Amino acid sequence: MRVLKAMLRQPAALFGLIVVVVVVAMAIAAPLIAPYSPDNQMFDGLTLEGAPMPPSDQFLLGTDTLGRDLFSRLLFGARTSLVIGLVANGIAVAIGLFIGILSGYLRGFVGGLLMRFTDLMMAFPALLLAIVLAALLRPSLWIVAMVIALVNWVQVARIVYTETRGLVERDFILAERSLGAGHFRILFMHILPHLMPTAIVWGTLGIATTVLLEATLSFLGIGVQPPQPSWGNIIFESQSYFQAAPWLVFFPGAIILLTALSFNLVGDALRDILDPTQRGRG
Amino acid sequence: MRCATFSIRRSAGVADMALLILRRLVQTALILLGVAAITFLLLYALPADPARMIAGRSATAQTVANIRRELGLDQPLLVQFWAYLQGIVQGDLGRSYAQKTDVGSLIAARIPATLVLMAAGILVEVLLGLTFGIIAALRRGGAVDRVVMMASFVGVSAPQFVVALLLLYVFAVTLGWFPMSGFGTPAHVVLPAATLGILGAGWYARMVRSAMIDVLNQDYVRTARAKGLSSARIILRHALPNAMLPIIAMIGIDIGQFMGGVVVVEAVYGWPGIGQLAWQAIQQVDIPIIMGVTLVSALAIVLGNLVADIIAPLIDPRIRAR
Repeated sequence: MRVLKAMLRQPAALFGLIVVVVVVAMAIAAPLIAPYSPDNQMFDGLTLEGAPMPPSDQFLLGTDTLGRDLFSRLLFGARTSLVIGLVANGIAVAIGLFIGILSGYLRGFVGGLLMRFTDLMMAFPALLLAIVLAALLRPSLWIVAMVIALVNWVQVARIVYTETRGLVERDFILAERSLGAGHFRILFMHILPHLMPTAIVWGTLGIATTVLLEATLSFLGIGVQPPQPSWGNIIFESQSYFQAAPWLVFFPGAIILLTALSFNLVGDALRDILDPTQRGRG
Repeated sequence: MRCATFSIRRSAGVADMALLILRRLVQTALILLGVAAITFLLLYALPADPARMIAGRSATAQTVANIRRELGLDQPLLVQFWAYLQGIVQGDLGRSYAQKTDVGSLIAARIPATLVLMAAGILVEVLLGLTFGIIAALRRGGAVDRVVMMASFVGVSAPQFVVALLLLYVFAVTLGWFPMSGFGTPAHVVLPAATLGILGAGWYARMVRSAMIDVLNQDYVRTARAKGLSSARIILRHALPNAMLPIIAMIGIDIGQFMGGVVVVEAVYGWPGIGQLAWQAIQQVDIPIIMGVTLVSALAIVLGNLVADIIAPLIDPRIRAR
């Protein structure tokens, strides 16, 4: 409640929050809102020459190259993109927490090894590594989510590692240890709760990164495969037509931007509210 | 006597520097070894069988087995890894499945174009970032400041391929100021470089802004102002050099962002660099090329960070002292 109140006071965060709520609500209610089926290749959805239709009363955002309603496809695409955003980022944060806590708490050989591995992963450009994995595996919704999770946990692990190391030095951990608490109890009852703000912040910021990465992979043709709509593959399918039908690229593009921006704004505000000592990313 | 201690201290500084660089070099070599190990494991441990890929779909089991023996795929994993490392050191990154040629030379031929694009992209980013970052720092809370803060968020939230298509649509298709795609004249580089640079510029301006604000609050800047120096001189001669450190570190980090970005940007603009090579390889599932590009990119990132780390103490004696 305190967090929500603090967020409502910042105009940028409020804007982000509203957009996030609207996008999520529209994705959930997609079957109710969508005027047409996303896969319906409509007879009257193409001009006489067979070109996509521009935005009109009948088709709010126009139609795509196969005569499907773009608005309906975007609504159902939101489901795909958000599901990947939540699942992939959830896994990434979980892996990051796990590796970060372990390496920060254990230190020594195992901790050092885990952290060196994390540093190593940082040497790879995330997008290229995702491309390699997606190209090697047969892409499907869940593979794409997994690929994104596998390249996105690194940053979380780094931050959690630094924080865990700081926490381990604190007196209350020492006190707990002298009372005879085991590693398991210290890790899960005392260190993990302190890392929750970080997990929440990165759980939000990471969704923006994930949505962008999914869109990029799908745009390159190795993400979510058509006919299942995702924001990225809607653009992928119509990019060769984009000079004649620019709305097919720019409506989905604007929605990707708006969604990612909103998650970033909310995440950044959360960081300021939950952890005043760590403002600004850089 | 004073002279002697001075020279001793100075040579100690040089020795420290050399040690620092040596340590970073060893670290870099280890990271590169790790990078090679990961690409190797990806290439051989994942389901796609290289021998089958080369042989094609209609090949007999005998052909596949022959190719496997030829490639050394029947050898133990460690032997294969050793051969792979030897190959990399000699610039041998394997053979392309589709083009049946040496991946190393395919990539080498594409590197100059990518370097031109990246240099131009970094130039756009740094020029925009410095200009707006300094203005934002000087006029805190002003219009430029607010635009910079917002632009930094939009920049990290905008999908690169959409920005590429947008610039293409506005400046090439509609206005006709720049060519649609291709390579060769300076006009060709403008849009792809702008795509790479614009998105990072917002965050960059934000970094410059906070570095400048830190420096502008220092006593020596106040002294300079009290001496009556012009604000242009204060900023360019006194404040900016001290704000350079985070800016240079940022370029080192950005190389990583750019290496991923070139795949998208080169694909959209038909720029004949390693990104386009990778993109074409994706369509043909030509894994050695994708791997080669990844390896070269990782190398670029590691070297970029190394150079940034070595330059930092050269421009800032405080780091050398540590």
